[in-house]
Amino acid sequence: MRRLLNVRPRGGGRLLLGLLPLLAVALLYLGASTARHIENPRDKILPTPAAMVVAMIDMAKVDPMTGRVPLFEDTGASLRRLTVALVIATSITLVFGLALGLLPIVRAGFGPLVAAIAVIPPIAVLPILFIVFGLGETAKITLIVFGVTPFMVRDLAAHVTAIPEEQIVKAQSLGASTWQTALQVALPQALPRLIDSVRLSLGPAWVFLISAEAIAADVGLGYRIFLVRRYLAMDIILPYVAWISLLAVIMDLLLVQVSRRAFRWAHPLRDR
Amino acid sequence: MAQVLTMPPRPAALLSFEEVWVEYGDKVVLERVSLQIAPQSFVSIVGPSGAGKSTFLRLITGQEQPTRGRVLMDGAPACDEPGPERGVVFQRYSVFPHLSALDNVAFGLNCAGSPLLGRLFGARRRAVREEAAAMLEAVGLQDAREIYPSQMSGGMQQRLAIAQALVRHPRVLLLDEPFGALDPGIRLDMHELILGLWQRHTLTILMVTHDIKEAFKLGTRVLAFDKRRRDPQAPHRYGATAVYDFLLDRKSPLGVLSEMEAVQDIVGIAPSFDVPL
Ligand SMILES: Nc1ncnc2c1ncn2[C@@H]1O[C@H](COP(=O)(O)OP(=O)(O)OP(=O)(O)O)[C@@H](O)[C@H]1O
Ligand SMILES: [Mg+2]
Repeated sequence: MRRLLNVRPRGGGRLLLGLLPLLAVALLYLGASTARHIENPRDKILPTPAAMVVAMIDMAKVDPMTGRVPLFEDTGASLRRLTVALVIATSITLVFGLALGLLPIVRAGFGPLVAAIAVIPPIAVLPILFIVFGLGETAKITLIVFGVTPFMVRDLAAHVTAIPEEQIVKAQSLGASTWQTALQVALPQALPRLIDSVRLSLGPAWVFLISAEAIAADVGLGYRIFLVRRYLAMDIILPYVAWISLLAVIMDLLLVQVSRRAFRWAHPLRDR
Repeated sequence: MAQVLTMPPRPAALLSFEEVWVEYGDKVVLERVSLQIAPQSFVSIVGPSGAGKSTFLRLITGQEQPTRGRVLMDGAPACDEPGPERGVVFQRYSVFPHLSALDNVAFGLNCAGSPLLGRLFGARRRAVREEAAAMLEAVGLQDAREIYPSQMSGGMQQRLAIAQALVRHPRVLLLDEPFGALDPGIRLDMHELILGLWQRHTLTILMVTHDIKEAFKLGTRVLAFDKRRRDPQAPHRYGATAVYDFLLDRKSPLGVLSEMEAVQDIVGIAPSFDVPL
């Protein structure tokens, strides 16, 4: 008998193994939902799949009052906020993470500040953002940026600091200036890590987005969930949550693909 | 035919160490190192682990500054940070993992040619790639141009590191246990390679090694670092220095054998000269 450590599922077996728990959860839900509906056919807490489909078809139809499709509107608004925020966070991270990781003088100057910012709970800052930026898009985007950037900066700085000293010395002994070392040695090695760091930040970014939308918004996935909560509309909330998860998974997969394609050297052929 | 009667002038020292000390807090690593390194010499450096061999090289690369004394290159203090006239090859992490073999070698040329971007375009790019390819060929890596270091064996990586360092034509090449991680067969190949490059490029090489045979086979001069005196109560209070300095005369292999034994004593069983104070 092989050690459990060495049993590696491949191909179809692996897919099946991944699907089983998902199927189990779905079955569990179906059972609970059916049980509740036998007791009370008008149960709203665990809607049947059919009810959810009906509710979602409604959400994907043009609303005669506004002439718009709520599902698409919400998705578009949320994705726009998320993307803008992540692009800003990534740009800040690139500059500050590289500088902090590569230059001892910047580390000495700004390291403590970044460490201090990182321990502030972002949600606690939300009221300040609403006061300063009003209730519009800026405050929501700023919250996400504020929430994920300190982590990303510190992660990237740590990664750049961990580039072996030998490499940095080698670059200089080949005549590279500080700028050339940053551009040709540190930056390329930081990029795959930056993508990983964005992937890890996707979860928190969604949390901050939905929090901001729940408090002040008139469109967005988080806004919709908190709006229909008043009517106990689980038949909308549950599919919306599933939809958000699906979006998050797709973004994650896209980032992995980008990293695989663009940074072949960082992905050795055999992944454990 | 006029006979040249005067001796040719002795070549001035390329590197000189003047009473150099290196200390970390109250730990003395190197003490009173005074040495001259002649151009085009191949200096092998041996010594027990922790004797300060790497520290000695780091003084030349500019990674380390002497606590006391001076390190001079061509008679001028020039070693306060790494520069292209001093090439280095370390035991590990010497090549850039994100660049193909060819780009690793082209790195130095790109840096010289393009201060702003560190990369070249058009005809200059082609010229650089040709030069880099020629250098790869010189170390026997002509078939590995597009391969990344992670796909190379240890020996290939060290060949690449040497090619990368030589492309800027350094005056001094510093090797810190460059073949330490290679198996004996590959080592022999590397010896031939490095001797050939040393002669062809009229290099000055300083190489740290743990292998005494290797030191005597390759070097024109062998230095052994060790502590000259020891304090059993506070071993860190005394630093190491070059306790043995031998200019190899290739005509007397018998002499070399006894010399190797002498060095074996230094490196293997450390002599203990307890100093009564
Ligand atoms: N940053 C540091 N702080 C304190 N001590 C240090 C530092 N760097 C090196 N040393 C000490 O300096 C001494 C010499 O180190 P060095 O790396 O030069 O030895 P070495 O001769 O190259 O050894 P090895 O053969 O194991 O590579 C060691 O005793 C080490 O503990
Ligand atoms: Mg060493």
